[in-house]
Amino acid sequence: MRAPLSWIKEFVEIPESITADQISDALIRVGFEVEEIIYQGADLTGPLVFAKVLSIEEITEFKKPIRYVGLDCGEKETRYVICGATNFVVGDLIVAALPGAVLPGDFAIGSRETYGKVSNGMICSARELGLGDDHSGIMTFAQDTVTIGADAIEGLMINDVIFDIAVNPDRGYALSIRGVAREVAGALGLAFTDPVDSLRNISFADTGTGVKAKIEDYATASVFYLRTLSNFDPTATTPIWMRRRIEKMGMRSISLVVDVTNYVMLELGQPLHAFDAAKVKGGLTIKRAGKAQPFTTLDGQVRQLDPDDLMVCDETQPLALAGTMGGASSEISETTTEIALEAVRFDPTCVAKNSRRHKLSSEASRRLERSVDPSLAQYASARFVQLLTENSSATHVATVIDGEPRFSPSLKVDPSYISRIIGIEIAPAEIVGILKTIGCVVNEKTFEVQPPSWRADLLTQADFTEEVARMIGYDKIPSILPPRPKHASLTPAQKRRRAISTMLASRGLAEVQTFPFTNQQTIDSLGFLGERASTYRIANPMSEEFPLMRVHLVPGLLEVAQRNISRGAKDFAIFEMGSIFRSSQKLVPMISPELGKKPNAEVIQSIYASLPPQAFHVAGLLVGRVEDEDWQGKSRSYTWQDAIAYAQDILQLCNLSWTVKRSDLAPWHPGRCAELIIDGKPVAHAGELHPRIVEMYGLPERSSAFAVALNALPDSPLVRPSTVGTMPAALQDVALIVDSSVTAAEVEAALREGAGELLESLSLFDRYDKLGDGKISLAFSLVFRAADRTLTGAEVSELRDAAVKSAAKATGAILRTA
Amino acid sequence: MSPADVASWISDARAAFLASQDLDQLKAARLAHAGDKSPIALASRALGTLPPDQKASVGKLIGEAKAEIADALAAQSAKLEAERDSKVLLEEIVDITLPVRRAHRGGLHPISIIKNEISDFFIEQGFSVEEGPELESGWLNFDSLNIPADHPARTMQDTFFIEPIESGLVLRTHTSPVQIRTMLSQEPPIYVICPGRTFRADELDATHSPVFHQVEGLVVDKGITMAHLKGTLDNFARHMFGPDVTTRLRPSFFPFTEPSAEVDIFFNNRWIEWGGCGMVNPKVLATCGIDTEIYTGFAFGMGLERTLMVRHGITDMHDIVEGDLRFTRQFGVGL
Repeated sequence: MRAPLSWIKEFVEIPESITADQISDALIRVGFEVEEIIYQGADLTGPLVFAKVLSIEEITEFKKPIRYVGLDCGEKETRYVICGATNFVVGDLIVAALPGAVLPGDFAIGSRETYGKVSNGMICSARELGLGDDHSGIMTFAQDTVTIGADAIEGLMINDVIFDIAVNPDRGYALSIRGVAREVAGALGLAFTDPVDSLRNISFADTGTGVKAKIEDYATASVFYLRTLSNFDPTATTPIWMRRRIEKMGMRSISLVVDVTNYVMLELGQPLHAFDAAKVKGGLTIKRAGKAQPFTTLDGQVRQLDPDDLMVCDETQPLALAGTMGGASSEISETTTEIALEAVRFDPTCVAKNSRRHKLSSEASRRLERSVDPSLAQYASARFVQLLTENSSATHVATVIDGEPRFSPSLKVDPSYISRIIGIEIAPAEIVGILKTIGCVVNEKTFEVQPPSWRADLLTQADFTEEVARMIGYDKIPSILPPRPKHASLTPAQKRRRAISTMLASRGLAEVQTFPFTNQQTIDSLGFLGERASTYRIANPMSEEFPLMRVHLVPGLLEVAQRNISRGAKDFAIFEMGSIFRSSQKLVPMISPELGKKPNAEVIQSIYASLPPQAFHVAGLLVGRVEDEDWQGKSRSYTWQDAIAYAQDILQLCNLSWTVKRSDLAPWHPGRCAELIIDGKPVAHAGELHPRIVEMYGLPERSSAFAVALNALPDSPLVRPSTVGTMPAALQDVALIVDSSVTAAEVEAALREGAGELLESLSLFDRYDKLGDGKISLAFSLVFRAADRTLTGAEVSELRDAAVKSAAKATGAILRTA
Repeated sequence: MSPADVASWISDARAAFLASQDLDQLKAARLAHAGDKSPIALASRALGTLPPDQKASVGKLIGEAKAEIADALAAQSAKLEAERDSKVLLEEIVDITLPVRRAHRGGLHPISIIKNEISDFFIEQGFSVEEGPELESGWLNFDSLNIPADHPARTMQDTFFIEPIESGLVLRTHTSPVQIRTMLSQEPPIYVICPGRTFRADELDATHSPVFHQVEGLVVDKGITMAHLKGTLDNFARHMFGPDVTTRLRPSFFPFTEPSAEVDIFFNNRWIEWGGCGMVNPKVLATCGIDTEIYTGFAFGMGLERTLMVRHGITDMHDIVEGDLRFTRQFGVGL
């Protein structure tokens, strides 16, 4: 919302000593963010005059059209200038910068030779004068609205300060000069004159029959003023002061009738719509569209109406999308002489829905969906009649009214509540003063407060508290720490996640965070199947490229790896921690318990249960070599072993124990993927990636990955340490021959089982696969130790034999003899 | 064997040791004069065969001789070792400034670092760290927070909706639903922060990302006022931006707080919008079953990306979201 200082001053007595910066600071203090202060005309010096086009010579030998224009600048001689614009004809009134003038951007105008002619000045566009962005042509003015030869800096009221203000959605009233001026006055303690005051008692005599006005459902609109005017001369022009104010607000001057509707909207905040009354059949009724049908809005677009759209209709058809945009069929035109002026207090939700359904946010809808002062339907429409009749031949015919304004109820306010929330003691008298400043009527005995008609947002004590706080100034509130609350710590799950990421980071992996979006092609090409491939679709994705929620972390890591490789990286390791979104349950319609009281436990549980489980994983991708290539040559490459090692390190960090088995699971190499199992449930997968995927993403061969389902890990057990024994250990080596299909993990598990509790540790120290006959040899080193004694040779042999026997039974292992 | 023999063994040994030019020669001399087959060792072993009356005196003699030989050996050994150190080890000198093989440089994502930092700060203040799902119920993300459908406030946040739309499932637009979850499940006093990933349908550009992170704070207790909100924010701002930072509250609008404010910080000589805050709207407290006659509360929320960018002078959001290792590795683990 823009607000020119010159317009604000019409309603607020601002002393000259107060600067624009002070006004801006005051607005910010009371909750209006000033995004920009525009000092219009500050970098413009004349001479700048109005002139009339006397002659146009088209110069054609250049690439673009060039005109040599004769101007009457109120001087004795015709002045000639070169001009590149073509949007004017002989007789038009324009504005010319004469030699000596300096335009914004330090652009000095002089007499100069160009295109073979002498140009003694420049015809200006709005942008060249710093008045707006319009550079589609030069500024032209209607006959008799400007004086030839007169100073255009003054004539166009160029020197002004314009505040560009961000208005929060609860303060629709400030989308008007009336509202902004009131805030400026309140914030600076200055006298304010409400422009509505002079309109309250204005009335227009009925001289005929006006167009009928009807609201079908008062829930959609409370009050409808319809004022009919006739005898309008469509050649009437907008006075320059009105046009300039509209332009300073960032809008364009269109025609007198439309300009007056916009001017009143900008001044008071009530959107108005003017119909060509000659095109209205019968009366106007506010009602729902009722059925789907095409409707052409005045921007020329054909829109398909929804039956629920709120419309302003005549007897035969919808004429306007209520509060949003008028229709083309009844638009004011160059031949309009009869006008029906609509001013309605529409229901904000109805307008919001109209606007949203048609993706059409207009100056009108922006105001109406933020709630407009219900009393304004009367006053703003009166202001329209006043301005139009003053500036044209139009006369008032009749005013027809349906409905009546509905105001917010009054509320009993507890002054102590206000102090209790703000945190400083505020005297009731001060509260009364503030509430009166913002327009409330306060009964000082009962503290019954009637909010002003333009403040539909003041409904609760909290709302009034904010008013008091902002008018006192948030800077007056002291800074105090709350009472020091109880002890807190990270949860075990939070601690675990932090420990894991810190471990991976300190082991050389860099953490990345990718967008959790994917697409079907990625899911398919990585080979995910069944539940691991099914996910949720975003109804309005950022791009059709990524419309699905991710089902796994590895695809995101692959993309990051690809990006890093394309930027020159070769050898690296990355990881990500985050949620994945597999569609494991059918979605139900949204559960929406009543507001204002706590839903019962069952309802709360059903809301939680309606959400799909979102598993939390950590995954890593190992690319290229373990260390960077250097003067010693190349280091070894990452392999499936490194990936498995990281997965195991994560489980070990959590103090868990697990078993390993081979798995064939996407996106891993079918023969080189380990599944880590805890309590019978797979919790992690790791190994070499499928060569097809490695190639697809252009990664080095044998790139490897791990993924651990952190949410599937059991809680870490409480450690109950045993004392560390000092008795000597006994070492036993065994070499076993097994079928090559038997895994090391199976043999190891069987050995452990057989060796019993005195086995301290076990490690595979040799694997020999050249035996032939599909046999391999696995050599293990077993360490036995008792806490209380030195084990005898006989005991140790017995333990070893038991271990071998167990392995033989479970895996068919045969002890290899030397 | 006579004492003279013993004396000659000692002198032979000493001579042989002294004659050794390096540690290898000394080793040979040691084997000859102090080894298992040296005269003194053989004599020592033969002690058992002596008549009892000689055992003590000869034993003493041999013992003393052994000690003398050992001393001589140790002295020469020390001398030769020192010589070797000054000669041979010199030859093994390497250029220890050569780049050595090191593991890749790892590191946490800067957003994780700042999240950890904020969590630790608030835990110290007695706040717990609460989390919630990213795919969230529309009732928890909007309605319960006093953001009704079709209210303009709802369009302030461009929401990603999940199909089918009737499910009301959204990618949470803020971490505020975690506040609701907390209030639905816990009795006051409540002191929590909710850091997490959030989503809004904004195009990715230098300052916006459709996927970003927030941290929100919520306090509900007896006697909580705007002054406590200010105190908490001042403290938080100083922790994040240094002791000289100042804050400013500006009136603003959020449906879930009333009064509401924007928090600005004065940092690097200018005012920067940092986040939003306010006193929890009693309507929200009531929906969560909190008695508004007894309890009041405040809430605040900041963007982690924004905090990071302001503090570290990062100018392009792309660097934070793209996962380029050259960017991430600069942060280490945030120490």
